[in-house]
Amino acid sequence: MHIDIDKDVCIGAGQCALAAPGVFTQDDDGYSTLVPGHEDGGGDPMVRAAARACPVSAITVRDSTG
Amino acid sequence: MTELTDITGPAAPPAPVAFPQDRTCPYHPPTGYGPMRDGRPLSRVTLYDGREVWLVTGYSTARALLADPRLSSERRRPGFPVPTPRFEAGRDRKVALLGVDDPEHHRQRRMLIPSFTVKRAAALRPWIQRIVDELLDAMIAQGPPAELVSAFALPVPSMVICGLLGVPYADHEFFEEQSRRLLRGPTAAETVQARNRLEDYLGGLIDAKAGEAEPGDGILDELVHDRLRTGELDRADVVSLAMILLVAGHETTANMISLGTYTLLRHPGRLAELRADPALLPAVVEELMRMLSIAEGLQRVALEDIEIAGTTIRAGDGVLFGTSVINRDTSVYDDPDALDFHRCDRHHVAFGFGIHQCLGQNLARAELEIALGSLFTRLPELRLAAPAQDIPFKPGDTIQGMLELPVTW
Repeated sequence: MHIDIDKDVCIGAGQCALAAPGVFTQDDDGYSTLVPGHEDGGGDPMVRAAARACPVSAITVRDSTG
Repeated sequence: MTELTDITGPAAPPAPVAFPQDRTCPYHPPTGYGPMRDGRPLSRVTLYDGREVWLVTGYSTARALLADPRLSSERRRPGFPVPTPRFEAGRDRKVALLGVDDPEHHRQRRMLIPSFTVKRAAALRPWIQRIVDELLDAMIAQGPPAELVSAFALPVPSMVICGLLGVPYADHEFFEEQSRRLLRGPTAAETVQARNRLEDYLGGLIDAKAGEAEPGDGILDELVHDRLRTGELDRADVVSLAMILLVAGHETTANMISLGTYTLLRHPGRLAELRADPALLPAVVEELMRMLSIAEGLQRVALEDIEIAGTTIRAGDGVLFGTSVINRDTSVYDDPDALDFHRCDRHHVAFGFGIHQCLGQNLARAELEIALGSLFTRLPELRLAAPAQDIPFKPGDTIQGMLELPVTW
């Protein structure tokens, strides 16, 4: 799974960190970032829910094609 | 009549209903919005001055439009929907954050995000718990009975936002009264006077902070020392930000605590479920936010023509969002009028959606979980101290909540 966060769009609402705290967190400026070691989503089923919860569609999730 | 229908084509849409309307039950949408709960995502509504605007009531249409940059939040633009005379009177001022579009909005919000993250809200929990415990200690020492709005629902968020901003809580009676008049003043003149008094008060506070050699640790102190002194913000910007943070920071959460308590007391089966399983608390708070949808009628104006849901919103059209109806869209929620803690839903639009989604939502969740959780744990016999139908709640033209909440235990 490949996760992209567009930090220019992110408004720091923290919805991703709330939905999938094992994968998403907020950096010191409040912007969404991936938890180190879990950049591929770590198989967390909540990753897509986190992307859907983002109020500004800053998160894109793609299945890795290999 | 069949022939007539054939000649005129599909049935014409129902006549516009008035917006806003008062709720009949404080936790359900006004019964007068019933015609707009028929599955149509957009309806025409009539405002107090006779003007017709759009009211968005469909969930997916609302999410799409709230995230659409072709809708503006700048209330001075021509065509902006004005739901009340009091709102019209305040339109001469630019309102920080919720009244500005990007890129200015993003520039303002960026400065405040670090203070309202999920992590920051979690770190504040022990402090919020102490505030809640002390208020409950005092209320229990003096009662029963108690008037829960003044003893608990209002002071919890008021103390929290004062501490966070660096506003002296000793001034709370003043700013709570001005906020009340700002949001619910009976006349436009009273609203403007309250706004001016709050501006004067916060301006004075900001000037005092600017003169301090050692800055305090509140958000206003940071804005003054990191943004005002550097010229990144001017004084009017800081006053406007301070006003929105102070007013939005205590009024909304106070209403959720009072109306949330009333709603749980009116659903004894659900309350028993929460008491049996305190781990439900975060889900209880989300469900109360969905069901109560206290911030009704979010406002926008279209900057361009927008094609959506088979309809064209024209440039210059006013667009309002009927949060309480959106959050009960039957295509998203089964049995939407029921209080159900097992929806696993955090996708309601009670905090809005798009770039203006509530900055303080993570703080609000923490406050609500601690306030409601502690209230019902400390007072297992809590109940209404007056017939439910006699307890007054706020009119439909402001943030929804209880005016008073007499309780006993």
